[in-house]
Amino acid sequence: MRGPHDIGGLKAGPVDTSAHEMTFWEKQIDALNVLLAQKGLRKVDENRRYIEMLGHDAYNTLSYYERWTAALSRQLIDKGVFTQDEVDAKVAEIRDRLGEDAA
Amino acid sequence: MSEFHAGDCVRVREDFPPGHIRTPVYVRGKTGIVKRKLGTFANPEVLALGRDGMPAKALYEVRFRQKDLWPDYSGPDADTLDIDIYEHWLNRI
Repeated sequence: MRGPHDIGGLKAGPVDTSAHEMTFWEKQIDALNVLLAQKGLRKVDENRRYIEMLGHDAYNTLSYYERWTAALSRQLIDKGVFTQDEVDAKVAEIRDRLGEDAA
Repeated sequence: MSEFHAGDCVRVREDFPPGHIRTPVYVRGKTGIVKRKLGTFANPEVLALGRDGMPAKALYEVRFRQKDLWPDYSGPDADTLDIDIYEHWLNRI
């Protein structure tokens, strides 16, 4: 009934208000969002719906830009921009290039 | 839907539809007073589906007593909360 984002009035711990630098990949995701909006592939409200659909576990585990990334990926798959298979293949290729074991 | 005016007493719909909803859960089912109309905007619930947000919806500033929102509120009786709510979430009472 209550989305993971809709926490007004719930008990919460202290809020970390310290400023922090954005990492390079976070800036990339931000830029990607702007470009996709310019191409009409993304609206703020649409983005919000996908983020809110991540579910409580993912929403509360992922960082801010990880949520954006997960939501954006799902959104672009739904729109037919790319497929889950293509994402998986790309991730495997990058892991291979970086010499990481597949998780 | 007929327009609301300042001073109208309204109750927020107590519904829990799926999708992107701008009406927070804590205010659903609560009673408040319309302060003013803020304008007419594309419906975010429809924009969230990747569509154009039409038909546009009127957005109202509605005032609630804090004591009506939070059963254990310990502040003064006069404390209020103003929140923006779209017309289709409001019923006149």
